[in-house]
Parts: sequence; C-alpha cells; structure tokens
Amino acid sequence: MVAPVSTLNKKLWREAWHLRGQLFSIALVVAAGLMAILTMRGSYDTLVNAQAQYYRDTRFADVWSYLVRAPLSLVDSLERIPGVNAVDTRVTFSGTLNFDEEGVPARGLFISLPEDGRPLLNDIVIKEGRYVSSGHYDEVIVSENFATARNLRPNDSIPVILNGRSRDLQIVGVAVAPEQSYVVPPGSLFPEDDKYGIFWMGREAMAAVYNMDGAFNEVFLSLQSKANLLAVLKQVDDLLSPYGGLGAYGRDDQVSHAIMEGELNQNKVMGTAIPTIFLLVAVFLLHLVLGRLISTQRNEIAVLKAFGYTNGEIARHFLSFALVAVSFGTLLGVLGGVYFGGLYINLYGQYFDFPNLQYRLPVSLLFVAVGACFAGALSGAWLAIKRAVDLPPAEAMRPEAPKHYSAGILEKLGISRFMSSSVRMITRNIERKPVQSFLSSLGVAMSVAILTIGLFMYSGVHYLMDLQFQVIQREDLSISFTEIVNDSVRYDLARLEGVSYVETFHSAPARLRFAHKDEELVIQGLAPDSHLRRIIDADARVVPVPIGGFAISRLLAERLEVRVGDTLEVEMLEGERRHGELAVNAIVDDFMGISAYTDDATLNQLTREQSAVSGAYLLVDDGYMNTVSAKLKEMPVIASVVSPAAMLASFEKQMDESLYVSIAFLLGFAGIIAVGVIYNGARISLSERGRELASLRVMGFRRSEVTTLLLGEQAVITVFAIPLGCVIGYWLTYLLLTSLQTDLYRVPFVVEQSTYVISAAVVIGAGLVSGLIVKRRLDRFSIVDVLKTRE
Amino acid sequence: MAEDNVLSDVGLTSGAEAGAGIVLSTRKLCKVYGKGDVLVHALRDVDLDLRAGEMAVLLGASGSGKSTLLNIIGGLDVASSGTVYYEQQNLADFTERQLTNYRRNHVGFVFQFYNLISSLTARENVALVTDLAASPMHTDEALELVGLKDRMDHFPAELSGGEQQRVAIARAIAKRPKILLCDEPTGALDAETGRLVLAVLDEVNRKTDTTTAIITHNAAIGRLGDTVIRMSSGQIVETVRNSERASIDEIQW
Repeated sequence: MVAPVSTLNKKLWREAWHLRGQLFSIALVVAAGLMAILTMRGSYDTLVNAQAQYYRDTRFADVWSYLVRAPLSLVDSLERIPGVNAVDTRVTFSGTLNFDEEGVPARGLFISLPEDGRPLLNDIVIKEGRYVSSGHYDEVIVSENFATARNLRPNDSIPVILNGRSRDLQIVGVAVAPEQSYVVPPGSLFPEDDKYGIFWMGREAMAAVYNMDGAFNEVFLSLQSKANLLAVLKQVDDLLSPYGGLGAYGRDDQVSHAIMEGELNQNKVMGTAIPTIFLLVAVFLLHLVLGRLISTQRNEIAVLKAFGYTNGEIARHFLSFALVAVSFGTLLGVLGGVYFGGLYINLYGQYFDFPNLQYRLPVSLLFVAVGACFAGALSGAWLAIKRAVDLPPAEAMRPEAPKHYSAGILEKLGISRFMSSSVRMITRNIERKPVQSFLSSLGVAMSVAILTIGLFMYSGVHYLMDLQFQVIQREDLSISFTEIVNDSVRYDLARLEGVSYVETFHSAPARLRFAHKDEELVIQGLAPDSHLRRIIDADARVVPVPIGGFAISRLLAERLEVRVGDTLEVEMLEGERRHGELAVNAIVDDFMGISAYTDDATLNQLTREQSAVSGAYLLVDDGYMNTVSAKLKEMPVIASVVSPAAMLASFEKQMDESLYVSIAFLLGFAGIIAVGVIYNGARISLSERGRELASLRVMGFRRSEVTTLLLGEQAVITVFAIPLGCVIGYWLTYLLLTSLQTDLYRVPFVVEQSTYVISAAVVIGAGLVSGLIVKRRLDRFSIVDVLKTRE
Repeated sequence: MAEDNVLSDVGLTSGAEAGAGIVLSTRKLCKVYGKGDVLVHALRDVDLDLRAGEMAVLLGASGSGKSTLLNIIGGLDVASSGTVYYEQQNLADFTERQLTNYRRNHVGFVFQFYNLISSLTARENVALVTDLAASPMHTDEALELVGLKDRMDHFPAELSGGEQQRVAIARAIAKRPKILLCDEPTGALDAETGRLVLAVLDEVNRKTDTTTAIITHNAAIGRLGDTVIRMSSGQIVETVRNSERASIDEIQW
C-alpha cells in the first residue's frame, strides 16, 4: 500500500503554493516577531556576556576612590581592611591636547600604568601595538575611540600640555578598558570621541610630570565575595580622609559601569518588553489568521472525511499549512535576527568598546519564541480543524450556515433606512460575526499600537533634547575650572574678545541623606538671577532658584522618600567634608539625572567658602567661537570647555543611528502586521463569499460595487482598529516608559497629534495595499466559473 | 476480475450469506434538524433494504429526504433515531472511529458537485482514496473503467463537468467499495453528459457487482435500476422492483 501521506503531501505543497501570498504574509509576521526577540534580546545577552568576560579579563575593581595625594605606604593599611582581596593604586590627571586646530580644545585623562608588569586591578586590553616599556617617558597608549576618531596609530606622535608644559608623546599602543568603556568628557552628557580621550602612560613618567613619586591619587580594591561593601567603604574613607579622599564608592557608582548598567538595563527592558509585545501580537495573529484560513477549507475537510480519512490524518494535513508558514517564518526570522543583531551590536560597539564583541544567537530564547509561534499557529489551526471534523461530514459539506439571522443594532435603531444595500450587507456581515470581526480589528489595532509606541518614544526623546539644549542650556560654552576659584574670574572671562556675557556657578559633590536613605550627587549652586542656566520643570516652566533651600528632581525625591518641607542632611565630599542641613523647598518634575539645586550663597555656606565658583557659562558673539576657545585653552585653570551645540550634534548622531533603526524596525513590523491581518482578512472573505459576490455580479452589480462590498468590511474593521490601537498604544507606552526610567534620564510621555496621524496613515496605507492586491484578484474572477463550482 | 474476488477483497461476506442477500437495511430511521419550535423532520420512520449487487434508484423532489437518507447510510451523518444495519452491525452504535473505517473500507461516494480536490490531478484524486484502502484497484484501472484513460494527468479545472464526475466515480469505486452512493450524480450536468455518467455507473455496477444507490429527482432514470424507491416528505412512499433494467440507450429525458 502506498503511504497515506504521499497524495496528501502533494496536495499540501500545491495548495501551499497556491496560498503562497497568505502563507508568506503569515511567515512575515512570525519572522518579524522572532527578529525583534533575536535582535533586541539577543544583543542584550551578548552585551551582558561580553561585559562579564571583559571584567574578568581586566580584573575590574569593586571599590574606587580618588584622593589628593597619599604615600604608597598606605596600601598596607588598605590591604588589612577585612574583606579586601587586592589593592592597586595609580596616578591620574587631566591634560590638554595641543593639536593645531580651531574650536574647543580636545582634552584627555592621563592614567598611569606600572612599567614592570600589568596592573593588579583595572588592566587594559591592547587592541593594537604594545604595552608601555620601562624607562621611556614619552610612550603613551591611546584609547581606541579617540584613536579611531582622530585616525591615530602606533608610532604617531601626539602634542600634549601636561601640568602646563608642552611636549610630544609617542603612541605605542591602542587600548580599551572597562572603566573607560563609556567615556564622557567632564560636564558633558554624551561621548565626544574626537574631543576627549584616555591616555595611559608609565607610572614613572606620570610621577615625574606631576611630582607624584612614591605617591598615588587614585586607589581601587577588589573584594572577597562575602565582603560587606558599606563597611569597607567606611574604612577606606576613614583611612583616606587625611589625604584628601573624595569618598570611596562601589562599582555601582563607577561612572562607566553605572552608565553601562543603565544602558544594559534599558536594553533589557526594551529587549524584553517590545519583543514580548511583538511576539504576543504575532502569536495572536497566527492564531487568528490560520484559524480563518483553515475554516475556508471546511468543505475539503468534509470530503476527506467522507473518503474515510481519520481525524488525525486530516488534522496533520491541515496543521501542516501552519507548520509550513511558521517554519518559513522561523527561517526568515533567524536570518534577519542574526543580521540585525549584528547590526545592533555594531551600533553598541561604538559606545561600549568591549573587546571581541560578537553577536551570539540566544538559542534557548529562540526555541521559546519559535515554540510560542508554533503554539499560536497550531492552536488557531487546530480550533478551526476541530470545528470542521466535529461535524458529521454531511453537515460540514454544506456551507456554514449563519447561526441566527436578526436585525443588528443599527437596523433596530432604524439607521438602516438611510443605508444603501451595500452598506447594509457590510454591517450585517460584521454584526453576524461580532467576535471574529472584533478579533480582526484587534489584530490591526495592535499594529497601530506598536507604531504609536515607537513614535511616542521618538517624540519623548526629542522633547527631552529640545528642553535640554534649547530651554535649559542657553549658553554657547560652559567651562569648568580645575579647582574652586573666586567669583572675580567672571571679569577675566568677560574681558576675552568675543565673550558677550558671563555667568558663574558653583557645584560641589555631596551626599544627601534622609532617614536611612542617601544619594551622592553634585549640588548645583545657581545665582538667583541666573539667566543662562535656569531650573526648568517638565512643562518647560521656570522654577525660581530656591533661596536657602533645595529644589530637587522628582526622581531624587522618590529615592530619598522626601516631601517639600523635609530637611536633608548634607555631607560635602570635598575639602573639609563639612556636614549641614537644608530643607527641600521644591520638587522639580525634570527628566535628566537626579539633581539638587540651591542658590550660590547657600552652597558657599555649606562649603564654608566665600564667593567660590567652580565653572562659568559664556555667551559668545557670532564668529568668535574659535578665538574664544583658543584663548580658554591657554588658561591652565580651565578643566573643560563644552559646547552644548556640539553635544546636541553628538546626541543627534546617536539618535540617527540607534533610535531611527528601532523606529524603522517598528514601522516595518507594524506594516507587516497590518498587511498580514487585512490582506488575509480580505482574501479569506473572498474565498468565503466568492459565490455570493459572483451572484451579485450576475444580478447586475458593477465590479466596483462588489469590490466595495468585499473591501468595505475590511475598511470598517480597519477604521474601528485605529482608535482602539491608539488607546492600546497609549497605555503600553506608559508602561514601557515607567520601566525605562534610569538615573541618567527618564523619557517624557509626549503625546503629539502626529503620532496618531502617522500610525493611522501607515495602517490605512497597508490596508490600501492589501485591498489593491485583493481587488486585482477579484477583477480576474470569472463569474461563470465561480457559479459553476459547488456550493 | 472475478466478482467473488471483488467482494472478498474488501473483507466482506457476500450478500447471499447475509440473509436474503441484504447488504444494508434501515428500520424506523428518523432525522430531525433544528431545535425548539423550528424542528424539521427530514426523515420519518424509513425502512429500506439494499440487496447485494443491486442498482437502487431513489426518486423524490428536493426536500423529500433522499440526501439525508443517503448521508446516514453512508456514515456521513447520524440518525436521530432508528437503526441502520450493515453486516449485522448497527451504524447508530458506531464510534467516530468505526464510522471512519466504515467509510474508508466499505462505502464509495459520488456527489452532485464532484467535490474533487482542485489542487490534485485526476489520477491523484483517485490516489487520495487508494492510498487509504486495504485492497484498492490501480488508479489507472479505475480511470480506465470510467473512460478517462487519456485525461489522467489533467487537473479538475481542465476537465469538463462530465469528465469531473467520471473522475469522482473512479475515485469512489477504486477502493472496491461494497456500497456506492451517488447523490444527484447527473444533477450538475447536461442531458448528454448525464447519460454518459449514468452509463459509467451502470457499467461499473454490472462489472463489479457493487451495490449502488443513485439519488435523483429525474424519474426517467428510475428505469435503470433494479429497484425504484420513491420518497416524499421524509418517507418512502413507494418501492418498485423492475423486472428488467433498461439500458441507457432506452432512456430519454
């Protein structure tokens, strides 16, 4: 006997080919769902793995502290702290790069390396060239990002100003290090690779320049696994405080690590929430579309049953259609996921310079995702098959009779009198199958929702940037000094040619404590009449500078659990580490970071300084930017010069790359879903109602009228889906933004009309494309052929 | 092929052994559709006997219950009450699985609208059934029997209505069924083509000795059968045994 599958198999492949349009659109939905998971979650897993490996390889420290200067003999005492595994020290200073170029001067952080071997903690990974050698004071290793941005290679020389003295250094290597994986210039929010670099030099060379022989100004510790971090920090602070210790902090507060963790966390949320939504939508659609597709095969199922095929054989055969679509989609999804995953990883590679960052396919996740797709597809198909096989074949061979005819709501209301017969047929058809119509609408609504999520995020980030760079930072240049100076510096700065206006500010690192909660941050002391920098809330309103109290950001208030009127304990982290108290006068709904503002006089009281300033904001006349920058570069007291315009440009570059990729992805996915639902819906209606439509043509209906009848139903479903999708999108965005909140920023929920308009337009566009494809098919329909076939 | 072999091949005892040569009999068969106050009595107390190898013609207007009767004796539908005995077993007691096996091995169907699978060629449509059957004819043999030797590799869309119906007949007889049930086999065909199809059914019945039941509303076809059963409003109103079956050439409509 011939295997029973052979003829059925032929049928399967021929019919799969015949239904290729529908199966392909289903496969695309699967592919998009898988791609989202593999790309977003896969790149997250890749980054987390790479980070762990990187930390192990470089012996990344657990505790960090800067100090002014301490003798190396202190290391013994540090090593004796209970729970400490290893202690390493180094010398770190910032310097200016003396490139012969205009504009804001490039700067660098100069870090010492032992010449007689690798560092005990916080090692570097050499990407090109070699390590520094003993006795060669002019050798330097450059951070990879800076080297790439400046096109520097080993054997190039680099002009620097160290401790006020100009000299040329010889590049011997290009390297990366986890502590410097996200390099943000002081005062800036984003990396500026061509303006700020990391430079590793021999310890002896650094000690000679900065007079740090036998001393260090930075120390790190690695801890045993059971060490009590807080206790260690306390003891380190006690030991270092006579030497100008700036406060020890754990890995969580190490800038590079914290930013990376924030990014990774954000990636985790994005990489989990969005793909999960995508996947659920895909599973739902598979369930819906395959169910309807197989319902149209009801008659064939009955015929096969009449021949004596068992339910199992029939189920296997029709489930195979689902398997074909899902398998093909899986193939596309994996290929696309690996491709886009690689792209994402490349994108991240520019911000996290992990060595050997290679996209890894999350295999177990892939199985779960593919399993979910199969489950969705097979359950939808199975329910439809079950409905067909449960009926006696004689009944199944008759077209599915409507359960119950009655006048719908519209007719009961009497509105139908004003409707044409086509409209009445469309509404009756929808009313007759309310659940199916609603589910189809929900499917389309999900694509609207996904679009609105993407566009809401886009609007939010743009609003954030506009607020930061247009409303909050109104200066042309912001500069920070290497040390606290007297406010009279404003007159020196104002005398520079091209500087039209100067405002100074005072900021000081501090620990704010309320009850048993504390946060470390930089307190900003603003002049009450400050014009260039103001305190701005989320609605872009100016909050007056609080005199004699704090205005703190909402996020900080939530962290410390304080309300207006509560008094915070303040511990300054520089100088004499004075303690004080200050009341919270206002809580500001802002977006960027956790901030605490007060007036400059109050901050001076806290630090016990007179007219002290730590930086200044400048307005510069048109055409004078370069002249002013060049002059500032010559002043040794200036630690950094930042141009908000340059920051905005740097940010927009990042936006272009990552956010636009994500949004393009969302747009594509939403389009695929919309086409998947609408196209399949119309095609299935066509096969369900082909005979009815042909009869109408026989009766004299025009082709356009019949098309209206068929596509009108899809149009109603689509139109209903748009507001539904907008509401779903609104709430999903709200949930997503709440979970995306990080220390660095929170994305505001900005509702723009255009979001709804664009989402609706994309879905309507997808609907029109689907409609046109189906219309072409309808136009080719031969009335006679349709009527000749069985009922 | 010898007639005896045909019967033993499908694993059945011959009609003669089953008492008075009766292959299938129904008693007090009822079928009611619908619920509440919209009940439709499609069949009322139908008693029917089909004898081995006979050609029975069921006549009646549409709505008389003949399709319902055919569907129930073919195992496509279940009766509301009454019995259907086949091989001393009551179909009413059959499980879903047993009904499937009954259709798979003992019954062949020919429908008014052919119900061919459009994605399969004539030969493959027949193979769909021979794949399943325990001891089927060769697909080519079945198609040859209905005169479609030269059209075996055509898809249904490439065949005329009469040819499609002949494929459907070939598909129904290829498994060597004990009973062949035909529901308005000429209903969708013009007179000329209809006669051709009936000729094939007549020939198949004579050659294979398969018990054949043909449903039609065309009274002229009654002369083709050994027995003519007339139905009306869900009941058998008349059963006539023809002393001699007319040949297809003698029938006009």
